[in-house]
Amino acid sequence: MRTKNPYARLSLAAGALLAVAACSPPSSSPAPSGSAGGAATAKSASDVGGVAALYALAQKEGALNVIALPPDWANYGAIITGFQAKYPGIKVNSANPNGSSQDEVNAIQQQAGTDRAPDVVDVGMKVALANTTLFAPYQVSTWSDILASQKESTGLWYQDYGGYMSIGYDSSKVPTITSVADLLKPAFKGKVALNGDPTKANAALNGVMMAGLAQGGTLDDISKGVDFFHQLKKLGNFVPVQATTATVKNGTTPVVFDWDYLSATHGTDVPGWKIFVPSNAVLGGYYAQAINANAPHPAAARLWEEYLYSVEGQNLWLKGGARPVEMAAMTTAGTIDATAAAALPQVAGTPVFLSPAQATAAGAFLSANWAKAIS
Amino acid sequence: MVADVVATGGRPKRGGRRLRLNWLGAVPFLAYTSIFLLLPTVIVVAGAFAKPGGGVSFVNMKAVFSQVVWIGFEHSFIVSGASAAIGATFGAALTYSIATGKPGSRFRRVVTSICGVLAQFGGVTLAFAFIATIGGAGFVTLFLQQHGIDIYASGVWLYDIPGLVLVYSYFQIPLMVLVFLPAIDGLRPQWREATESLGGSTFAYWRMVAAPILTPAFLGALLLLFANAFSAYATVFALINQGGTVLPLQIGNALSSEVGLASADYAKALAFLMIIVVALVMTLYALVQRRTARWLK
Repeated sequence: MRTKNPYARLSLAAGALLAVAACSPPSSSPAPSGSAGGAATAKSASDVGGVAALYALAQKEGALNVIALPPDWANYGAIITGFQAKYPGIKVNSANPNGSSQDEVNAIQQQAGTDRAPDVVDVGMKVALANTTLFAPYQVSTWSDILASQKESTGLWYQDYGGYMSIGYDSSKVPTITSVADLLKPAFKGKVALNGDPTKANAALNGVMMAGLAQGGTLDDISKGVDFFHQLKKLGNFVPVQATTATVKNGTTPVVFDWDYLSATHGTDVPGWKIFVPSNAVLGGYYAQAINANAPHPAAARLWEEYLYSVEGQNLWLKGGARPVEMAAMTTAGTIDATAAAALPQVAGTPVFLSPAQATAAGAFLSANWAKAIS
Repeated sequence: MVADVVATGGRPKRGGRRLRLNWLGAVPFLAYTSIFLLLPTVIVVAGAFAKPGGGVSFVNMKAVFSQVVWIGFEHSFIVSGASAAIGATFGAALTYSIATGKPGSRFRRVVTSICGVLAQFGGVTLAFAFIATIGGAGFVTLFLQQHGIDIYASGVWLYDIPGLVLVYSYFQIPLMVLVFLPAIDGLRPQWREATESLGGSTFAYWRMVAAPILTPAFLGALLLLFANAFSAYATVFALINQGGTVLPLQIGNALSSEVGLASADYAKALAFLMIIVVALVMTLYALVQRRTARWLK
């Protein structure tokens, strides 16, 4: 039973099905008509008669196409296994595990009409917002547990998991970091790296933004962050190498700006790996789920979302070091995996998030100034 | 018709003209190059002058004339020029030492096969090989530091233009050996004997005979190395990931930016610039090649 949501219990369908009915906003609650409609147009599980009915439809489809889900990223390996164990009879086809968000929407467009097209995508916010016309609105059963600021009101996209921009470092090679400004010290000569070029990679853009916030900048103005990296470069502390597991392991990039849940994976290679999130610059970033409007397996796609937003799915993300979007509600309800939650890096301070307009402005500033700042 | 030709053993019937079919052999090659070379070039050029939504515009070509692109262009030229010069110089010296040895000697066979492998060695693997040996935490760097030598006292130059030149030289020198060896092999001992029998010194032989014959081949190889380095992407991507140091990196950034700066048409405008440069280089190469062919056959 997945009735962790107090509101969901109120709307339990009277039918014999054990499923939890969707908790749709009152304004748009359609009359549940049992087996009506077909999954392709279902805006919530109750449109087809609940999750169990959805599963029955998904079983007929027999497969689910997912894309760009690396098994070691946010615990997706375990999530796919868990989904198949819970809902036998649905084969998960995982395409292009190392693709980017842009690759995912490209696949929706290029493979449209084939049965290989992705059913669901997990994309960065920039890409999610730019491609809403490709998505089908769907509200998972635990819809009300997602903050309004973290979802599109009709369910075209809804954030799934995320984390905070952090500085990961090998404590056996560099001193303990207690502020972003520490990185300007001589002990960090030739040691500080970003995860990618900020004019290209979202994680790197957020890294520069976070450094800027810590140096007194604002979300509207990334220039302080660019100045900071310019200083790092001048001091010889900045390493322009692409930070990877290999460069962290061999010590080329012992200090890396990256999302905390990705940085945490370096702990398996480097025992002294620590993660620092400055309390004056808690910059959050979330990915979002969306269903392909022309999904070849519409019921399986919706069932997958129901699984991801169940207690089980959310806790699996948490075990992978990512912060699931329903974490606050689950903590209140007592359904959160306390051990996994305690293992997350400690974060003090108020999290802030880049709005799409702020991210665009930051990108434009970087496009004109980044190359100059670090060459 | 074909059957006729076969039946008559290719001889013309009644004095008619023989059907020329020898171009057929070139069809696969022509089809291949038009699909994988000509078509992409057309797409790139069309995209460079495309207006979003259709039509012709110079927006992308104008955007190319910016300081960022100029810096990338300059770096690309410096890196390609320097690594080609180093590759050509050291490669030519190595080639000469191989070619003047015993033909078919073990040394020659070992060196040429090593060169065949190393000329193709590039990308992330090559970059990481250098990072692991002489990077900031490379074992050679650390070993030298323990013995009082700090090769990075004035900054980690491996992750800068000098480092890129060094890493590129690693595949440029072997490539030079491969392309220059036939030229040196083409120098006939009789020419030297002829010079000597006419009273010429070694210097005279080099100045009057060998150098003029080898110069076009050398210049051609130099141009080839330049184009080779100019278009390299994966190696620099792994080594200097920041700031679009060279043009190929800037194209990559423009194609797959996640932060809203992706513009396929702008990338095509950049690629168009590179095509112009490579076309110029290759035209020069073809001209030089024509001169080379006069003596070295």
